Amino acid sequence: MAVLTLERKPLTFAERTYLPQIFGGLKTTFAHLVRKKQTLEYPEHRPAIPPGYRGVPTLVMDPNGREKCVSCQLCEFVCPPKAIRITPGEISPDAPNSHVEKAPQAFEIDMLRCIYCGLCQEVCPEEAIFLQNQFSMSGYTRAEMVHDKARLYELGGTLPDKHLKWDHKKAAAAHGNAH
Amino acid sequence: MFDFFFNLPVIVQGLIKGLAVICVIFPIAGVCSMAERKVAAWIQDRPGPNRAIVPWIAWIPFVGTFLQRLGLFHVMADGGKMLFKEDSLPGHVNKFYFIAAPILAMIPALTTVTVVPFGAYLSATGEVMPLALAPLDVGMLAVFAVASLGVYSLILAGWASNSKYPFLGSVRASAQLISYELSMTLSVIPVFLWINAPGREATLGFARAVEFQSQPGLWGGAWFGFLMPVSAFIFLVALFAETNRTPFDTIESEADLVGSFHTEYGAFKWGLFFVAEYSHMIVGSAVFVLLFFGGWNPLPWVPLATLVNWLGHFLPCAHAPLFVGVLSIAIFLLKTLFMIFFFMWVRWTVPRFRYDQVMKLGWQKLLPLSIANLLFYAVAIAFIQK
Repeated sequence: MAVLTLERKPLTFAERTYLPQIFGGLKTTFAHLVRKKQTLEYPEHRPAIPPGYRGVPTLVMDPNGREKCVSCQLCEFVCPPKAIRITPGEISPDAPNSHVEKAPQAFEIDMLRCIYCGLCQEVCPEEAIFLQNQFSMSGYTRAEMVHDKARLYELGGTLPDKHLKWDHKKAAAAHGNAH
Repeated sequence: MFDFFFNLPVIVQGLIKGLAVICVIFPIAGVCSMAERKVAAWIQDRPGPNRAIVPWIAWIPFVGTFLQRLGLFHVMADGGKMLFKEDSLPGHVNKFYFIAAPILAMIPALTTVTVVPFGAYLSATGEVMPLALAPLDVGMLAVFAVASLGVYSLILAGWASNSKYPFLGSVRASAQLISYELSMTLSVIPVFLWINAPGREATLGFARAVEFQSQPGLWGGAWFGFLMPVSAFIFLVALFAETNRTPFDTIESEADLVGSFHTEYGAFKWGLFFVAEYSHMIVGSAVFVLLFFGGWNPLPWVPLATLVNWLGHFLPCAHAPLFVGVLSIAIFLLKTLFMIFFFMWVRWTVPRFRYDQVMKLGWQKLLPLSIANLLFYAVAIAFIQK
């Protein structure tokens, strides 16, 4: 590799007085003084959340209002800090979505343990758990920081669903060609 | 009202005038601490403190929001906090001197204000009469003498604190203040050489300096800042060092000295040091404006009397002493506040010098420069005023 020898020039008189540098600095700081402010005034102004952001994990419903989680417990197993606790439950046979067979009886995410890694979202075969845009999570008690199922659905809301897999399955079963 | 005032005993008149000046200096010092935070924030692209608001002022539309955004009520919040928090007295300090130091810091800070003229009015014969609490003939000397007493409070605070960082800080303070006092004094001598023209009564007062800068003509109307840029520069640099402002605030460099002489202080005593420091800045800026930037003259080559005569065409009351007085005080305060803004501006521009650099600059650069400057102007003035 070629070695470049840079000639180090001696400082000029103006540079040795240090004054031109100070004036240059004053100019720079004054430009900043009148410039648009760079900070957000937080509670009033919120930052724009980029797509793919990993916020607080939530449970979502499909557009028909069906809870998507089928309590397979994959997220519970994959969760590195063991923040997720699922109690699987049956869906009663006379419910409209009884063909799904299972739903969580209880679903708890301990936000004091959660590390926002997003593995639960990645592993979920039903696209039922999403790390959405909420980035600020606080509470006064430890109990408050453990999100139960109702709170998780409240945070998650409804997300669009391209597949509506269980509806297709039900329709296919009705036509007698269930796989 | 004027008759009533002038019929009061002289002592009462003096007291009222003194209180009036203190009532201006103290809020300015308080607002300066706020301005410091605001300017710091703006230069760092932040909006700065803008939350505190008194409810019934928040109800005023626009004005209330504006004052809130300006952070004006943070001054009161800060001051109130400093008044009401616990005034701790560490066990290891020398209690008497520990308490005496902040009080002693205030005395020179407020005493120097008395000799600084802050405005002027036109007498019946059209002469410009300066306004000052004590228009002494030895004004500059009095400011130098009393302002340098301020260092005693720092030494006392550092020594009475009985711990190493305050002690180191106060040693630095005394060395630095002595070093820069020399160049500061030498830098203003050319000004006083010039204004003490032969055939006139000798004076070290500020009024003559301003009067000299309000003469007609190209040379007379020019401010000393233009006629003696090197003097003005040396005085300004020394002023930064004397008031412990960045880049010369090695005295309270929190990185290596924690908080220097006020490490052990808190609450109101610390606040007194703070106010004293800002008062020094205000008086220093005022002296700089008086000597080098034309005092209460609005613009170079436009003295106050010209402005008043011009305003007289539009306003019938323009020649009233009260109007001229308020106008000149406003001009003077504006210039002084700009200087204080300049202090803050420099603070966020130039990083702090190392202590050895401060000493080297003071003794090896500024002192020879100020002596050379003095010799040059002494010879030049001898030729001009032959």
